[in-house]
Amino acid sequence: MHLIACPWCGPRDEVEYNYGGEAHIARPIAPESLSDGAYADYLFMRKNPKGLHAERWVHTAGCRRWFNVLRDTMSHRILAVYRMGEPRPEVKP
Amino acid sequence: MNGQRFRNGSGGRIDRTLPVSFLFNGRRYDGFAGDTLASALLANGVRLVGRSFKYHRPRGIVTAGTEEPSALVQLGVGPRTEPNVRATQAELYDGLIATSVNCWPSVDFDVGAINSALGAIFPAGFYYKTFMWPPQAWRFYEWFIRRAAGLGRAPTQADPDRYEKTHAHCDVLVVGAGPAGLATALAAGRAGARVILADESSELGGGLLGASATIAGGPAMTWVATAVAELASLPEVRLLPRTTVFGYYDHNHLGLVERVTDHLGPQPDGRLPRQRVWKVLARQVVLATGAIERPMVFDDNDRPGVMSLAAARTYANRYAVRAGDSAIVATNNDSAYEAALELSEAGVGVKAVIDARPSPPDVWRDRLRDRGIEVVPGKVVSAALGGKRVEGAEVRDLAEDGARLIGGATRYACDLIAVSGGWNPSVHLFSQSGGRLRFDGDLAAFVPDVSRQAERSAGAARGSFTLAGCLADGFDAGAAAAHVCGFGSGVAPAAPATDEAAPTPLRAVWRVPSAGGRGKAFVDLQNDVTADDVGLAVREGYSSVEHLKRYTTMGMGTDQGKTSNVNALAILADLTGAGIAAVGTTTFRPPYTPVTYGALAGRNVGDRFDPVRMTAIHPWHASAGALFEDVGQWKRPWYYPRRGETLHQAVARECKAVRSKLGIVDASTLGKIDIQGPDALKFLNLVYTNAWDNLEVGRCRYGLMLKEDGMVFDDGVTARLGPEHYHMTTTTGGAARVMGWLEEWLQCEWLDFRVKLTSVTTQWIVIAIGGPYARRLLGELCPDIDLASEAFPFMAWRDGTVAGIPARVYRVSFSGEQAYEINVPSSYGLALWQVMITAGIKYDITPYGTETMHVLRAEKGFVIVGQETDGTTTPQDLGMDWIVSKKKPDFIGKRGLARADCLRPDRKHLVGLLPESPTDVLQEGAQIVAEIKPKPPMPMEGHVTSSYLSAVLGRGFALALLKGGRGRHGQTVAVSSYGKTTWAKVVPPIFWDKEGERLRG
Repeated sequence: MHLIACPWCGPRDEVEYNYGGEAHIARPIAPESLSDGAYADYLFMRKNPKGLHAERWVHTAGCRRWFNVLRDTMSHRILAVYRMGEPRPEVKP
Repeated sequence: MNGQRFRNGSGGRIDRTLPVSFLFNGRRYDGFAGDTLASALLANGVRLVGRSFKYHRPRGIVTAGTEEPSALVQLGVGPRTEPNVRATQAELYDGLIATSVNCWPSVDFDVGAINSALGAIFPAGFYYKTFMWPPQAWRFYEWFIRRAAGLGRAPTQADPDRYEKTHAHCDVLVVGAGPAGLATALAAGRAGARVILADESSELGGGLLGASATIAGGPAMTWVATAVAELASLPEVRLLPRTTVFGYYDHNHLGLVERVTDHLGPQPDGRLPRQRVWKVLARQVVLATGAIERPMVFDDNDRPGVMSLAAARTYANRYAVRAGDSAIVATNNDSAYEAALELSEAGVGVKAVIDARPSPPDVWRDRLRDRGIEVVPGKVVSAALGGKRVEGAEVRDLAEDGARLIGGATRYACDLIAVSGGWNPSVHLFSQSGGRLRFDGDLAAFVPDVSRQAERSAGAARGSFTLAGCLADGFDAGAAAAHVCGFGSGVAPAAPATDEAAPTPLRAVWRVPSAGGRGKAFVDLQNDVTADDVGLAVREGYSSVEHLKRYTTMGMGTDQGKTSNVNALAILADLTGAGIAAVGTTTFRPPYTPVTYGALAGRNVGDRFDPVRMTAIHPWHASAGALFEDVGQWKRPWYYPRRGETLHQAVARECKAVRSKLGIVDASTLGKIDIQGPDALKFLNLVYTNAWDNLEVGRCRYGLMLKEDGMVFDDGVTARLGPEHYHMTTTTGGAARVMGWLEEWLQCEWLDFRVKLTSVTTQWIVIAIGGPYARRLLGELCPDIDLASEAFPFMAWRDGTVAGIPARVYRVSFSGEQAYEINVPSSYGLALWQVMITAGIKYDITPYGTETMHVLRAEKGFVIVGQETDGTTTPQDLGMDWIVSKKKPDFIGKRGLARADCLRPDRKHLVGLLPESPTDVLQEGAQIVAEIKPKPPMPMEGHVTSSYLSAVLGRGFALALLKGGRGRHGQTVAVSSYGKTTWAKVVPPIFWDKEGERLRG
């Protein structure tokens, strides 16, 4: 069970959130210009790192806001929480 | 003494003023309050308590605690029966009923014991070898295995007891209330930290309860009593006896289960819960979980009467029970000597201590000689003698290299072989927390090494096996943990004095070499895994510890190998030549001990399992006799049977009414989203496939939503309420999903869009009327809207009043008839429904449910997302290319639809099916093939998505997804329906009013 600090509500139990997968995957501006392969990369291919991972969470049972989390997938330590549109902060794992 | 022949007249922590009686295997026995079932059975001389899992060998009580692999009982009867309860932890209460598991017809005479003689067909991996062929026989094998194996039996009736869940936060959670845990709690509690101290036993004290030690010059239990009294007086300290910490999860979240009334027996009044699960979020955790004594692996080491020495000691000291009349102690370490003396003092005739070490400390040899106990150095117990109980022990010399026995055997007659093979720290929770273990060669045990969470181990749990070490560890850990949380200086209080002898090194003995007899040397008693099985697994290539576990089932079951794992992997290390450290352990997973589902579910059972949603009109539906269907969390009327009507009769009547006169349906469960903002139009153009630019205020439009891969996700009608204001409807089941989907796009991708979304699903009641008299009825109730088709055409909406209630009326139709959906604020919903029912009597207004709704829409070929679609269906597959804009530069799913796979001509298309016989109704989900071959395989070409009997068509009809279906109209296909083959003609997926005149008229 993770204790996740929502940028708007503060620390809340994991059961209040939903996981949204890898962060910082921008929708292509001109999807029709992409090859099938490049479009499949956008659609399906996700990183699965051992270690630091930037990922999206949404506070479903709270403020319903999406935000980004930097989490170590090995230790489950959360190193940073930041709002949508904010740049990924530099952290030391 | 009520026949308790092995009970001492004094001593122990039982209450002799409170005798209790209980039934075991149908026989009545007596014990005392404070007993466990195990201690009371031993007091009565009951040694044989069960049969083993595979060989059905006689088994007895092996330990005095959580780690018990063998003495499992079925506790209680009827709905309260609980399988596989450890007799060593079941507190005795008056009237307790327990039976042995895994034996038939009785524990004394067990038919399954034949398996023991047939041991050759049950080697390691026998599941994978024996039951493979012929494949047809698997059903027989499964029946046999399920009957023969398994341990206890699950209850078949609903659990009548109440369970609770609670959440708690603390600064320091201390797990275990032995000397280390108590010292930790004292240090942290005195510093002012909020402390929870949990211990699985009924009394705090841990190992001290079962020993006779000295602290600060007095009996250790006096120190314990003082410590517990002080802790109880501290306002921020909570003591939780009878509470097992079963799981250590991420971010210092721990799961505890408190047995609130188990020790009192069944509580029919339900005033107190049976058990309570605590979910604790701790800033710091101290694991003072103690250590578990290791068995030694020798021939027939499973005979009833072979017991952990610490357990025999606990039975003597805590329960005043002699685990035998005459005992042999087998050991390889110092801890056995004090224990042997205590057994002797309790009246157990200890004949000898067999120490594997060539030169045990002289001090012990002298002290034991004074008590008349022989110390035999350099030898091991090589076999237990006896069948249903131990009758003796064979003792032999162990060679210096430990690999073989030397010379002949000395036989000792005894009824108890008390074994101490060293100690394994209880590192289960530490490992669950993600901590890394290290193999300590001096202790011959795994100890905590590197922590991953805010946690530390103290006492025997980290390999401090002396009492002085436990106390010092505890005070240190408590002071340090409190200090991290901002309490106290971090300086540990001084630990009180103890009077132990300094320990000397042990001699690791993992597998006592076999003397060559026919005996079985068990590593894992619960799963009947022998040392030979480990050897066989290694020879067959399963030499990784995780493979060994799965191949032999070693370490599985209700005890999860608490007494067997380290011996097994040490034997494995020995056989492979890899060091123990290199072999490593299997993964420790929660729960530490089994947790009943009732406790995990808590009160979220029955009506409280999931919220139930009902519309404002629900009371009317219920009083009209509607049967309900669950759609998501909603209760929706399914159909309204009149007296004696079947489903088919009622649905046929309801369908006819809508097609010929007038029907009314509660459509309030549709998802509704209010969309506002300057960029609302731009947003709709991106989330729907069709164009929305030319939709005027006052009009509405059907839309289809796709996922980015081009597959249909949801559909619904959206109305333009104002220049920057829209009202979107979604499917009932998809409402929350669509809301989340739209929010995700606005928050994560299009942050610059000025659009606000509000879920208004329950703000509105939606009453839909449909049929040739729909306009006439609405006209009578609605004076202020011009209902003429030119003024209020199909796919438009108008504000007005209906029966004097402010209403928004949409002219949309899901039935294919002239229809209106009247939206009013929820609080008016029931009133309006009643007015319309009354006003509609003259048109035979007929309420209808979801079943009729489905038949009517299927006759029109309207799809239901999730029924005609399954996440691999495109709009083109559904024949809905008309709704996919070719002009819009972009929308979600546009690029996905352009993938080669979406353009294949042989994709599955939506088609209609007409069974050859009009009375046939195809089975929904049935597979379609083009031709019937004599035997499989036959290529599957599609499946039936919806199928009904149509009242207006007078026949069965279906919708289906069929490969290349649009090019196959007129063909005949075979459908495997209800176990037989039905032939059906492929037709366009529309069966009623193909021109749409009825709904526009």
